[in-house]
Amino acid sequence: MENFTGTDFILGCSAIGAGLAVIAGIGPGIGQGIAAGHGASAVGRNPGAKSDITSTMLLGQAVAETTGLYGLVVALLLLFVKPLAK
Amino acid sequence: MEQGILLAADSEVDFMIHGLFSYEIFGQTVWITTSHVCILLVMLLLVGFAYAANRKIKKATDVPDTFQNIVELVVESLDRMVENVMGSNAKYFANYVGTIFCFILLSNISGLLGLRPPTADYGTTLALALMTFSIITFQKFKHQHVSGVIKGLCDPWPFWAPINLIGDVAIPVSMSLRLFANVLSGVVIEALVYTLLSKIALFWPAFLHVYFDLFSGAIQTYVFCMLTMTYVNQAIEDGEF
Repeated sequence: MENFTGTDFILGCSAIGAGLAVIAGIGPGIGQGIAAGHGASAVGRNPGAKSDITSTMLLGQAVAETTGLYGLVVALLLLFVKPLAK
Repeated sequence: MEQGILLAADSEVDFMIHGLFSYEIFGQTVWITTSHVCILLVMLLLVGFAYAANRKIKKATDVPDTFQNIVELVVESLDRMVENVMGSNAKYFANYVGTIFCFILLSNISGLLGLRPPTADYGTTLALALMTFSIITFQKFKHQHVSGVIKGLCDPWPFWAPINLIGDVAIPVSMSLRLFANVLSGVVIEALVYTLLSKIALFWPAFLHVYFDLFSGAIQTYVFCMLTMTYVNQAIEDGEF
């Protein structure tokens, strides 16, 4: 433990921060699940409009995914670019 | 931490962009990276396809053969996609949207050819998003004029203008980050599988490629073009009232 430097501490804290940042994935998970559920019930009610419903659902899900991807970008920056340890 | 996790290989996980060679210009060091090479390969493929298609269409026949069929299918489906969203404005923007659609789609699926997708470099996606943003801004000024743009900024009350400005600037940031992060997540997961699980990575990573490169890449291409068309259409239609 005598070689434990400040940089090591920062790297450890960065790893914890990256773990906390990807918790952002919960939100898009719930949102995409709700969109997929409503899409399934819409297809059940009106099977003729299946292709329209599917493309609208996928577009909405891809847009809703953005907030989770921000968390992913922050986690990757902390883990691989290490902006704080320089 | 020498041993790492079970099955871990010795090599470092590597999904970064690599510099190939650098040169000095105006005191700045500029790197030619793997992204440049991959973009060049994608562009060569597109230019070659366009050249072959041009030669074929000049000698078009009433009964199309296979290649002419493919070209007509691509062009007609792109035109129909733009037509469905933009209506009567479609003829002005079908070229731009079709071009970025082909480029982004081929970039995203170039992971299947062993390249690092160029869209997993933030420079590429930011450039694409800034092109779209400049078109949106130009159409805004063209159809709403300066007075309309200022009125749109001060929408509910004049002191709301900074927030509306931030909302406008967020358009290219969110569009570029969405495309970049989606492609990058696929690249990272494939790199993790191929290096950390290299001893059992036989055949089944093909399904990862189908999901991350083909499915996710196609969806994100569609989303980028759809958002481009929606924002441009909104900028035009706001000036008609």
